[in-house]
Amino acid sequence: MGNSHQSPGDRESDTRLLLRGITKRYPSVVANDGIDLTVLTGEIHSVLGENGAGKSTLMKIIYGSVKPDAGQILWNGKEVHIANPSAARDLGVAMVFQHFSLFDTLTVTENIALGLPKHTKLDELAKRIETTAREYGLDLEPQRHVHTLSVGECQRVEIVRALLTKPQLLILDEPTSVLTPQAVERLFETLRKLAAEGCSILYISHKLDEIRALCHTCTVMRAGKVTGICDPTQESAASLSRLMIGAEPPAIKYVERQPGATMLKVDKLSLPKIHPFATALSDISFEVRAGEIVGIAGVSGNGQQELLAALSGEDIRAEYNAISLQGEAVGHTNAAGRRLRGLGFVPEERLGRGAVPDLSLAQNLLLSHQGASTVKHGFVRFSALSGIAANIIQRFKVKAGGPQSTAASLSGGNLQKYIVGREVMREPKVLIVAQPTWGVDVGAAAQIRAELVALRDAGCALLVISEELDELFEISDRLLVIAKGRISPSIKRVDATISQIGLWMSGLWDQGDPPSAPDVELVPEASHA
Amino acid sequence: MLKLEARANPSTLMSWLSPVFALLLTVLCGVILFVALGKNPLEGLAAFFWEPISNLQGWAEVGVKVTPLLLIAVGLAVCYRASVFNIGAEGQLVLGAIAGGWAALHMNDGGNTGGAAMIAVALVAGMLGGMFWAAITTVLRDRFNTNEILVSLMLVYVAQLLLSYLVHGILMDPDGANFPQSKLLDDSFLLPIIMQGTRLHFGIVLALLASGLGWVFLSRSFSGFKLQVGGMAPLAARYAGFSSRKSLWTSMMICGALAGLAGVCEVLGPVGQLTPTISPGYGFAAIIVAYVGRLHPIGVIFSSFIMALFYIGGELSQSRLGMPNAITGVFQGILLFSLLACDVLIHYRMRWGK
Repeated sequence: MGNSHQSPGDRESDTRLLLRGITKRYPSVVANDGIDLTVLTGEIHSVLGENGAGKSTLMKIIYGSVKPDAGQILWNGKEVHIANPSAARDLGVAMVFQHFSLFDTLTVTENIALGLPKHTKLDELAKRIETTAREYGLDLEPQRHVHTLSVGECQRVEIVRALLTKPQLLILDEPTSVLTPQAVERLFETLRKLAAEGCSILYISHKLDEIRALCHTCTVMRAGKVTGICDPTQESAASLSRLMIGAEPPAIKYVERQPGATMLKVDKLSLPKIHPFATALSDISFEVRAGEIVGIAGVSGNGQQELLAALSGEDIRAEYNAISLQGEAVGHTNAAGRRLRGLGFVPEERLGRGAVPDLSLAQNLLLSHQGASTVKHGFVRFSALSGIAANIIQRFKVKAGGPQSTAASLSGGNLQKYIVGREVMREPKVLIVAQPTWGVDVGAAAQIRAELVALRDAGCALLVISEELDELFEISDRLLVIAKGRISPSIKRVDATISQIGLWMSGLWDQGDPPSAPDVELVPEASHA
Repeated sequence: MLKLEARANPSTLMSWLSPVFALLLTVLCGVILFVALGKNPLEGLAAFFWEPISNLQGWAEVGVKVTPLLLIAVGLAVCYRASVFNIGAEGQLVLGAIAGGWAALHMNDGGNTGGAAMIAVALVAGMLGGMFWAAITTVLRDRFNTNEILVSLMLVYVAQLLLSYLVHGILMDPDGANFPQSKLLDDSFLLPIIMQGTRLHFGIVLALLASGLGWVFLSRSFSGFKLQVGGMAPLAARYAGFSSRKSLWTSMMICGALAGLAGVCEVLGPVGQLTPTISPGYGFAAIIVAYVGRLHPIGVIFSSFIMALFYIGGELSQSRLGMPNAITGVFQGILLFSLLACDVLIHYRMRWGK
């Protein structure tokens, strides 16, 4: 196995985990179909695949929470049957889940103690936490309450919790989706150190660049099968994505354009918290003009949700003049009213917010298409709805049974294509999109981005809020950063660098070099500090 | 061993078969119950499922019971689809009876001749009475975010005590030997009988009309759509800009009006006067009716028919078999629990496996 990184596993060439012919069938789908996987001691091994490729099922099998229908698991050379997660932990398998399982009202120590035997002494545990954290360069204060921690810090708690069990295999599921680029780099250092000590790491991700930077070996999965095993450092992002989706997504060509009139204007928008764990918005000002895409970067939980709700009209507590659409103040107008004034909105949650799970795709159109073409004299025109839905399915290549399929029956990526399609078909003057490609496979993501760019070229004003910096750098004309409920000055995409935006994501745009924002008229007050 | 396995999609077929299974289970439990009590189970079942519909008179009586159950169940279906858990329809029924009955008695005392117009006035008064009672719950929920389940339930008892107070007081018949009940209404104030020689009155037409209109409202109108989106996915409703307050008020007012109508139809129908116990729990039984009918305004026609059989069968088995009065309630309860159990099959399937 060609390996450019230092990996003790290669020298000893002993195998930590070996899966042979693992198969798991569900009523409607074969999630894992004869999967073979070899993880060496001290190896950082990535499992790469689109949503629904079967990565999560495979990890659950290794962690003992799902039983395979067929296949063999060899742990350090011996065949084992992992009955449940606690058996997995006894073997030395630890897992850090994508969604944290921490109690907000408890301290770090108390949270970690919950998973340990009853007689654990808290003060001793706190010392152990501190030592372990320091050893791996994970900054952590054991006495702090979890609700005061940032998302990145919460993840560190989860990692330390896993490390305290002295694992031989650490499984990480999409760990970087909540981190700033700088925090990702720190996480990688920790993982490399762990691997150097002989701990094997299974790293689940769909971010090709990260895998290429971090991992020794990469197993690629597609539709429940292994489609390739490779050394990611020897592959290009394009060749990896070919293995993953069977095709290479088309690159988006950036064309500089002159933006038109101001379509969406936010002026000194401040909103108090709506609940204790929300983020207050403070003094947010920016504009979005016709024919441009403005991207808002930021680590999750810094006010994105609150800003989106205020802009979409789901939260109408804003000052009357704080938000205007095409020059008209709409601070107190609800979502339907703003839609009438040319706004379109794609929310980050698809099921339950962007679409009603149990309703058909055709009926789901009514959430945003409420004009004369779909509703006449107070009655719904079902045939018209089916027509529009069929049109969207065809034009946006949505994989669905048809207009009468329920929203819940679609995969995440397909539903997102449908929702984006639904909003694009309304021909909005202003379109706000949150996390356009969150959890969407590479092929669908490329298609969605291309649609957004096409909409911009047609003269729509777009605001895209995303936690994926690469995406924002790919499609935006200008970038803003949101941190702690405040918004940074705007910077042209071509003038921005990843490291600068990463710094701003920590809220540090006031210090150091003021950004050279060329469109000075758009610099909000926050930058005058 | 029998195993439950999650279905990839909820089964539509099962969602309609589940009430049928529930009914079969209820029958089975009924047989066990009759045997345990030393009664002939065939006779028992006949009292419930055959005798009520063995002649025209029986069908008419079933229709009399279906009327209030169906009216209320249509209203409840609208409420529950909007996730507004109004369980106080019984109270709204009582207020409808009070308001409509009072209006009719007042007009009757005034020496009026009755007739269609005055009956209509009384019916509208009953609907307004039910809406007023529902509005109390709604205002409290809307303004102070109180729990509508608790408030509407508690208001049932207030309504019943209010009715009791009135028929013991100002509405009591002065020539009624101090019985707590109002004067009997003149025939000209009663709903017309639509089948001669029986008690089946015009209310059944109103109930079927409500069911049809309820179906149009829920499945065809945009406001019915908005209301259901609010029930299924509140965040999606907010995203779409559908007002949750509006759907709260719409559904509560529809339900209040229909429950009130059910109440006044009882007064102007089979009862003919105001008594302290105007309803044998129709407002509560209608909750079961609504769920067995799958919260579908047409589906509740069938379930209210079943529930009406339970009411009549309960009375018959008291007189024929000497069963206790509680038998109707027992059957209602078994039906509800069986339904809840069978509903598991909508999301899961059973499998024989190791």
